Amino acid sequence: MYTSFDKVKSAIDNGTTVVDVVSHYLKQIEAKKHIHAFLEVFEAEAIQKAQEIDAKIKNNTAGKLAGMVIGIKDNLAYKNHKVSAASKILEGFESIYTATAVERLIQEDAIIIGRLNCDEFAMGSSNENSAFGNVLNPIQEDKVPGGSSGGSAAALAAGLCTASIGSDTGGSIRQPASFTGLIGFKPTYGTISRYGLLAYASSFDQIGPFTNTIKDAALITAVMAGKDEYDGTAIQEDINEFPIEKIEKGSLKVGYISDCLESKGLNPEIKTKLEQTIQVLKKEGHTVEPVSFPYLDAMVPTYYVLTTAEASSNLSRYTGVHFGRLADNVKGVEETYKKSRSEGFGEEVKKRIMLGTFVLSHGYYDAYYTKGQKVRRIIQNKTNELLSEYDVLLLPTTPDTAFKIGGVKDAIQMYLQDIFTVQANLAGNPAISLPMGTHSNGLPFGLQLIGKHQKESELLSISAYLMDLKQ
Amino acid sequence: MELSKEIRDKYQAVIGLEVHAQMLTQSKAYSSDANLYGAAPNTLVSPITLGHPGTLPKMNKATIDYAIKMGIACNCDITENQYFARKNYFYPDLPKGYQITQDTTPICTGGMVNIKTVDGQTKQIGLTRIHMEEDAGKSIHDIDPFNTLVDLNRAGVPLIEIVSEPEIADSTEAYNYVTAVRKLVRYLDICDGNMEEGSMRCDANISVMLKGSKEFGSKVEVKNMNSIRNVKNAIEFEITRQIIEVEKGNDIPSETRNYDAIKGNTTAMRSKEAANDYRFFPEPDLQPIRVTQEHIDKLKKVMPPLPEFLFEKYTQTLKLSDYDANNIIDTKEIALYFETMVAHTKNYKGAANWLMGEIKSYLNEHAVKINEFPISGKQMAALVNLIDTGKISNSIASQKVFPVMLVNVDKLPDEIAAENNWILDANEDSLAGFIVEIINENPDEIERFRAGDKKLMGLFMGQLMKKSKGKADPKSAGQLLSKMILK
Repeated sequence: MYTSFDKVKSAIDNGTTVVDVVSHYLKQIEAKKHIHAFLEVFEAEAIQKAQEIDAKIKNNTAGKLAGMVIGIKDNLAYKNHKVSAASKILEGFESIYTATAVERLIQEDAIIIGRLNCDEFAMGSSNENSAFGNVLNPIQEDKVPGGSSGGSAAALAAGLCTASIGSDTGGSIRQPASFTGLIGFKPTYGTISRYGLLAYASSFDQIGPFTNTIKDAALITAVMAGKDEYDGTAIQEDINEFPIEKIEKGSLKVGYISDCLESKGLNPEIKTKLEQTIQVLKKEGHTVEPVSFPYLDAMVPTYYVLTTAEASSNLSRYTGVHFGRLADNVKGVEETYKKSRSEGFGEEVKKRIMLGTFVLSHGYYDAYYTKGQKVRRIIQNKTNELLSEYDVLLLPTTPDTAFKIGGVKDAIQMYLQDIFTVQANLAGNPAISLPMGTHSNGLPFGLQLIGKHQKESELLSISAYLMDLKQ
Repeated sequence: MELSKEIRDKYQAVIGLEVHAQMLTQSKAYSSDANLYGAAPNTLVSPITLGHPGTLPKMNKATIDYAIKMGIACNCDITENQYFARKNYFYPDLPKGYQITQDTTPICTGGMVNIKTVDGQTKQIGLTRIHMEEDAGKSIHDIDPFNTLVDLNRAGVPLIEIVSEPEIADSTEAYNYVTAVRKLVRYLDICDGNMEEGSMRCDANISVMLKGSKEFGSKVEVKNMNSIRNVKNAIEFEITRQIIEVEKGNDIPSETRNYDAIKGNTTAMRSKEAANDYRFFPEPDLQPIRVTQEHIDKLKKVMPPLPEFLFEKYTQTLKLSDYDANNIIDTKEIALYFETMVAHTKNYKGAANWLMGEIKSYLNEHAVKINEFPISGKQMAALVNLIDTGKISNSIASQKVFPVMLVNVDKLPDEIAAENNWILDANEDSLAGFIVEIINENPDEIERFRAGDKKLMGLFMGQLMKKSKGKADPKSAGQLLSKMILK
């Protein structure tokens, strides 16, 4: 019903209240409880906030997002609310401050309706790594919604909110968007402050939205974006909006990465859709050319070496000593650490901490971390070189459609879910997954565009154009 | 432990010092929490200091400038492109599980600190590096009998670590080195240098070897020396201990030792083999820093005068003795006061005498610092000048004018002298009258004086001072006395 902000606004213009809108979503959340998208619903609070915003609308003092109901991934800090990164180690922990991105949404009168399930500490591609249970894909409930922002994807796909917020370290927004038929946008690294985002890999993490329209993606991202004194790695300018420009026929230069198109694991129907899209664009007079990106095999290993290194350090603060879950019956500081961390972290998180600790350790640092940094630089340079010639790069988001819950057992197989998405995180570029097709198996899938550094407007404009062409 | 001089002389010690200095910035290194000593526990703790989930460090740029100033003062090379690194280890007073520090790109490299050796020679102690980092919180083990308590007020306080080359030869040089470093940070106003409160701390790396040997002994790190005196004592103890061990034919294990100031000894804390692998890597939450030459030049322009510069100036230009110069530069505030004085008088020696004499006595008696001394340097210079003109004597100045100035701080010394009728009467006519009286009243003594008993001069001067009510200028009065008696 309220699948976009425009639909919510037109309902409000026709006499619906924000309280009605929130009540609608709350009813849907209750009805879809079994998909387990939410870890917590801020029910009473959302209704109260809706009443305040209804009053503001009457007085014409409402913010840009009045009427927008948003769910946030459970790795975003929200003052006096629990935040757990879907980990037992933070079970019961309440944040004492609010993430910049969340604060900015609230400032514009968005209603935060609850916190959304995800893979523990955003590590995973299926949402099966949540300590509080997995999430079902609302399109086909025996399938995974993707990950790590699986709850965010499932909630929006099931119509439980107007938009949702996720985070993307190696594809954690785009892959689940692809699996659930949504738009999933990862802005340029640093566009949105990371202050208040529970870190997985600091030099990769980026917050972004799940939406049903490009307009909503542009609006929500712009509200969250811009400089923040609390994040020195964020962009240094204020951002007010990302205007969507009209794309003229024959004006685009699109490069499609032939190595992706030819990659073995790519589902033939996705390949076909990609080829069709290329043809449609050509027919519209645009320049569409194959480009070579010969580092596909290096992508996932590089990503895992560097992200696990950062993660092993980022997750050192979870000891149970200062906050979070403390193991019972422990003596002495060392046992406290060992037991709290062993009991508190799940298997995937422990595996990545171990891996990261290893790649940073004395004697291995150069072979792994330093080398990883060098390869990352090469991937960055090559990506930017291609984008100096093309407006965007076109590639699949995922090799396949959503898989069965429990269907991927092999870790490497699971990690290869990210093969097309990690490039944008390694390079820092903005990237978006657009719901471009439905497979004969009934599941949606996305195509991905990678844009130029800090050119979100351009990328979003081309995305809107491509979505229109599809129809 | 006793060591014969003979055995001691067979060995030489190799000492390198690591000095940690807490920066006197208003706020912490990576948060806006106040950087204060002595606040109630865990009151200067924002989510950033607590290392709460999702927080990021927020660079305090003042720290960078403080570190650069120290680098300039020590003639270091300032690194143009630097980044921070994480040093990973688990400890309850380190809430993030890592310390933000600098690893491969310290802000300063090279440079030196000049010290005096045991025999008074000047020696340059090279610096390896100066880097920026954050302090940890404090683990308190002695309040609660069952638990260790943690105070995170200190967590995130900016530090610089000044690492010397292993060029320090004995405990006296170490003492002089730490004193010199402390003097520098105080002159630069970047650290209060208070070792008792821990705002300056020193670790020592010590080894011994036979004199002339090319092979270094294994290195022992000594920690927990909370005064410069303790640095000296700990090093002295450790050198002796190591020599005795070597003499016994024992190996010195490479380890960290704790200095116990009460027992005056060092004891093993942990072995270096069991040391942490700190897994340093570039801190991804902070942007790299670029320091431009322009910025360095800008800081150079606002550098305060440093002790070595002032020593040169006082001994070479103002012609003071080394002793006086050293006394003055010993404390920055005293030196600054002296700078004000000499800006207003040309009698540098006189200014130095007053500063190290009456003023120092006043400070000692009242247990106050020079910035609490009531009279300005300019006023004190005026007093020195007044004496130089011969209008008042030194004794009138110190016994009469100075006490009035202390309570009447705005009044000029010549006004005080004039109002109280203390201006010296150097008029020969009035003095001559008194001298005639003295000659008439002391015929016997006059005879003896004329016969060569010059000691009697004191007696006559005393009488003359009495008759003139102290206003006679002793110098000219003395000359007139002997002239009139002997004529």
